[in-house]
Amino acid sequence: MKIKICIPTEKIHDPIISESIIETGIRLNIMVANIDSTYGELIADVKDFRFDKIKNALEVRGAIVSILDQPIHWDEEECVECGACISVCPMNVYSFDEDWNLCVAEKKCIQCGMCIKMCPHGALKLGE
Amino acid sequence: MVKKSVHEINKKIEDGSVNVVTAEEMVGIVENLGVEGAAKEVDVVTTGTFGAMCSSGLMLNLGHSEPPIKIQKAWFNNVEAYSGLAAVDAYLGAAQISETRGIQYGGAHVIEDLLRGKEIKVHATSYGTDCYPRKRLDTRITLDDLNEAVLINPRNAYQKYNAATNSSKRILNTYMGELLPNFGNVTYSGAGVLSPLSNDPSYETIGTGTRIFMGGAQGYVIGNGTQHSPSSGFGTLMLKGNLKEMSPEYLRAASFTGYGSTLYMGIGIPIPILNEKLAAATAVRDEDINTSVLDYAVGSRDKPVIRQVNYAELRSGSVQIEGKDVPTSSLSSFKNARKIANELKDWVEHGKFFVSMPVERLCSEGSAKPMKETQAVPLVKDVMSDFFVTIKKDQTAQDAAKKIWENSFNHLAVVSDTGELVGILTAWDISKAVAENIFDSVESIMTKRVLTCAPNEPVDLAARRLDRYGVSAMPVIDTQRKVLGIITSDNISKLLARRY
Repeated sequence: MKIKICIPTEKIHDPIISESIIETGIRLNIMVANIDSTYGELIADVKDFRFDKIKNALEVRGAIVSILDQPIHWDEEECVECGACISVCPMNVYSFDEDWNLCVAEKKCIQCGMCIKMCPHGALKLGE
Repeated sequence: MVKKSVHEINKKIEDGSVNVVTAEEMVGIVENLGVEGAAKEVDVVTTGTFGAMCSSGLMLNLGHSEPPIKIQKAWFNNVEAYSGLAAVDAYLGAAQISETRGIQYGGAHVIEDLLRGKEIKVHATSYGTDCYPRKRLDTRITLDDLNEAVLINPRNAYQKYNAATNSSKRILNTYMGELLPNFGNVTYSGAGVLSPLSNDPSYETIGTGTRIFMGGAQGYVIGNGTQHSPSSGFGTLMLKGNLKEMSPEYLRAASFTGYGSTLYMGIGIPIPILNEKLAAATAVRDEDINTSVLDYAVGSRDKPVIRQVNYAELRSGSVQIEGKDVPTSSLSSFKNARKIANELKDWVEHGKFFVSMPVERLCSEGSAKPMKETQAVPLVKDVMSDFFVTIKKDQTAQDAAKKIWENSFNHLAVVSDTGELVGILTAWDISKAVAENIFDSVESIMTKRVLTCAPNEPVDLAARRLDRYGVSAMPVIDTQRKVLGIITSDNISKLLARRY
């Protein structure tokens, strides 16, 4: 499953991710990581049955963990199927079939939000 | 020699014997039958395009109020329209943005809302005259309430368009969409094989007066579009069509992040196949239509060409740049372009649409000129400080502190032994080194990723970069990375102080 790990400002200097991985032995596949001196946000893939354990390890150290179970919402009414979203998605969620219909593989979505800004027609949304 | 007239073709449309194909289908027909065979066989080729056309707008007439007003300024859902016309006429541009909602909502959205039957808030002001005494007006209208609602689009249906990419290290938000750093993607627009003007590049049948499909209704070409540049294959069209007859299926408002609002127009043009030349022209394929990939990291009018590319490559999903496969995104919808070409085909086949010849040909030579500017744009080299202090990367932090102190100059350009710029060091960097008790070489405490600019860049671009990255100075370097000077926010303030 895809999870989001937020590292609050006061914990930004702690090696939370490394410690949690070493302690649990659970492999996190980190797909997106935005960390600066004020805030950190990571998106990672983890096996479903390992989730509780890694969540606990991360949260004991001050991180906030949530499950990304709502992928991108595609409004087919607004969409004109131009394909602007295709090249900005890091996970190849979007593609054309042979008739130039837009295909959306929602399961691959990591909710990074790149496509939302790209879509000229406001047809893509998160958190709905 | 095949020779047909529009009159003969229209007779066939009337009796239902007309043979219509789309420009996509025509490619295979010419391959199979040859140009002469195809010219005999096919009467009409339909084209289509559906993409962002910013230069679009609505000419509308509100009808007279009681007491009457000569509108000087008017707003539709807080989007300003131009009303320096007769009393209750106004022109609402698609790219004008809302004064309250910003770039998310613009003239294009008002036009789509009108078309969808929504009520629009109108606010207008005037100075009052003896014949038009009223000074303020507030009302709500729908499309039905307007006397006329005519789209008059000064520049639509570009023959083809340049593709866009980004060599810089940050995301660019442009009218070509989101451009990812380090050539992360390429965006393009245009229907390629279906593009109307690319199927009649000598403008034999598309010209002033040509009847077309526009937003789901019948419209007309009223001349060449603005910035019409036929010599380089970038022809454009000026179009007119009645909004009241259009359909939101073929007219959609859009907004590009960081850029603004625009109107997606669906345009289709039928090309009567009068001779072999037109049959050959309408067999154009994606791979025959070339365009350039431009680097939008350069904020200037003349953007560097990264490479030439054709529409088949663009539509394949990726193009090669610097040996890397770069994913492409279309901003126009090919699916809808195809739908339009098929819909128009259906209209012609069922006698609902007749082809026409232009009453006047479009000019097929010439190019758009750049703007004449009478005030010189200041360049970086005009305002930069020639005085700057350099330091070698292997000198000590103490040497650096001494240089800053002696020269009372806050930015040291750090150079290699051969004189190339490798970093920048400020008093702040030295304070940090002192605070952290690190006194190594200059190289270990300097900022390595330096923003730089070129001497011939306009100052406005340098200022925008300083502002965006929150830095106070940038070294000015030549192509060999030799330091020529430094531009600071002080230099720019002084320039502005002189100007005003």
